[in-house]
Amino acid sequence: MKMSGAEILIESLKKEGVKHIFGYPGGVVLNIFDSLYDNKEVQLILTRHEQGAVHAADGYARASGKVGVALVTSGPGATNTITGIATASMDSIPLIVFSGQVPTMLIGNDAFQEADIVGISRPCTKYNYLIKDVKDLSRIVKEAFYLAREGRPGPVLIDLPKDVTVSKAEFTWPEIDIRSYKPTYEGNKWMITQAAHLIAKSKKAVIVAGGGVILSGGSKDLRELAEYAEVPVTMTLMGLGSFPGTHALSLGMLGMHGTYYANKAVQGADLLIAIGMRFDDRVTGKIDAFAPEAKIIHIDIDPTSIRKNVRVDVPIVGDVKRVLTVLNKVLKEEVKEQWGEVRKAWLRQINEWRQERPMTYTYRDEVIKPQFVVEKIYELTKGDAIISTEVGQNQMWTAQFYKFDKPRTLLTSGGLGTMGYGFPAAIGAQFAHPNKLVIDIAGDGSIQMNIQELATAVINNLPVKVAILNNHYLGMVRQWQELFFNERYSYSHLDVVPDFVKVAEAYGAVGFRATKPSEVEPVLKEAFKIKKTVFMDFIIDWKEKVYPMVPAGAAIDQMMFEEQKEKPEKKLKAVK
Amino acid sequence: MRHTISLLVENKFGVLSRIAGLFSGRGYNIESLSVGETIDPQISVMTIVTSGDDQIIEQITKQLNKLIDVIKVVDMTELDHVEREMVLIKVAPRQEDKAEVLRLTEIFRGRVVDSGQKTYTIEVTGDEKKIEAIVELLKPMGIKEFVRTGKIAIAREGIKK
Repeated sequence: MKMSGAEILIESLKKEGVKHIFGYPGGVVLNIFDSLYDNKEVQLILTRHEQGAVHAADGYARASGKVGVALVTSGPGATNTITGIATASMDSIPLIVFSGQVPTMLIGNDAFQEADIVGISRPCTKYNYLIKDVKDLSRIVKEAFYLAREGRPGPVLIDLPKDVTVSKAEFTWPEIDIRSYKPTYEGNKWMITQAAHLIAKSKKAVIVAGGGVILSGGSKDLRELAEYAEVPVTMTLMGLGSFPGTHALSLGMLGMHGTYYANKAVQGADLLIAIGMRFDDRVTGKIDAFAPEAKIIHIDIDPTSIRKNVRVDVPIVGDVKRVLTVLNKVLKEEVKEQWGEVRKAWLRQINEWRQERPMTYTYRDEVIKPQFVVEKIYELTKGDAIISTEVGQNQMWTAQFYKFDKPRTLLTSGGLGTMGYGFPAAIGAQFAHPNKLVIDIAGDGSIQMNIQELATAVINNLPVKVAILNNHYLGMVRQWQELFFNERYSYSHLDVVPDFVKVAEAYGAVGFRATKPSEVEPVLKEAFKIKKTVFMDFIIDWKEKVYPMVPAGAAIDQMMFEEQKEKPEKKLKAVK
Repeated sequence: MRHTISLLVENKFGVLSRIAGLFSGRGYNIESLSVGETIDPQISVMTIVTSGDDQIIEQITKQLNKLIDVIKVVDMTELDHVEREMVLIKVAPRQEDKAEVLRLTEIFRGRVVDSGQKTYTIEVTGDEKKIEAIVELLKPMGIKEFVRTGKIAIAREGIKK
């Protein structure tokens, strides 16, 4: 039986097991929306902005491990997805974005709502397609899911001209074979053996775990490696949750706002075992001064990540989980060295650093410290929640003070640093896990970037909680201006901030406000109890900054701490 | 250092743009680029001349390999290979230089492929050094127009001794 392109699309989505699509209708996708009207298996969630739709699909993907799907119309609908696509691309999140396109006959004519979205999205997608013939549709959808998911995951865009959604063809679900895309999953055995030898011989090893551990599902194997080899683990922002934050071997996050002891350990290490991470500049600081003593083992599925930023002694291209499985085996069977005493000395040293400068802040009775809010959220949820963040101070305080024990519990825009990501991502995550507590930790600046999604949350009865750390500033910008621009607060003060309680109520959600530390816990408890969308407006100490901090261009052990905040050292003032 | 990189790519629309975008997006330089179909019409071969230190060239080849439409990447510079480029040069020599132009064409095994009242159009094929040499020699005679194909390259087959 012949089906229309729109029907073929829905059928293909069913074959891929898609249950939720996040989207927004428009002229050229009306046929697809019409096919969705009677459909019971694939549910479309109407967001209030296309950017929100893509972030929601992204949050859904991160929380569930499945491929997220978004559907938008041509022109502005498509261009509005770009920030969302670039966010997913930088963090290697599997995503399919379907964009409508003007009829093939009109492409290139500057037709109404036409945009060359294939051209525009090319640099921020893993791959993209313009479908010209309905007969290719199902195969391309299948290929797109394969590409989005396999190897290093990423977003794929499919541009669907209106006439393709109307024309008819037989539905087929062909076998696919992309001859030019064959990711390497198995690590080179010889290299893995070399790595095992290095680990066994090392005296001061540190594991640096990144988002790749989570993407490959390798958390268990990472833990096995760390515990067996007795090597402490630090994580990148994307790696938080890949190793239990409460584990004795956890050093927390490293880098610009990492812990003192993580950065000291990396700088003093004789071996770095970098797993599923890509040595971003926020992680390495000054690259020439990064881990000067260390040999580096780098495990990553993407060969371009290896030796892009730092020298590598043992490169291992492969899927993190599979490589770690083999590495653990080799380490246990072939390498017999005993390292107990050596490791103990190193762990003792790290614990000294840990005691010298633990992760702290100064609690005050009269004003809410943002870290206190994050700690309370952790205490009350006992870590059993999905946390999303926006970008800036709220993101860093969350990374520092919430202990992520499980993978896929932190949803944050690490690579692109997208303000406005957290709230729609939380909405997506709530669809993936209807019974979990999902909390967006936001700032008053960021939340306003996609605040319209309150409607999406309310209409779908989503019990998403938003904790706004409200300081009336673009806090991270203000922090840099204070420290590096002589306190010239150029356009970082958000003079007018809406009454978030009223905004929430206007949308039909619930709003709470806390202005004193004593109110924080009651507000959180109440919010977590209600099965509704809740905005919590925490009026925080606007002067609070994120510490420790490595100034841009400095080595990561040249950190600034809270007590220096009034007078940062002169040499740290340089900004690159 | 200069590298000649040969790519086999899927012959689809947008491929050139993906490759050009990779170079521009990551700040690499393309010195020359030539594209054409192979015997299999579904596959094109591209020859790109680029430059950079070892780390950059390693990144370029890895990044090219990562593109979904790229089937194979070979850095010709690492192999024994043959390189060729063709140029078409339109020369407008003075009356007294005409014989010299024709003589040079012959020395460089070029051909005159067109001539007008005042011009000769010369076709020359060769490696970079040869092309550079004839251009230098013809310059004083008055080059009016000059077009080149960009380099193409192929690996040499080893001969058993």
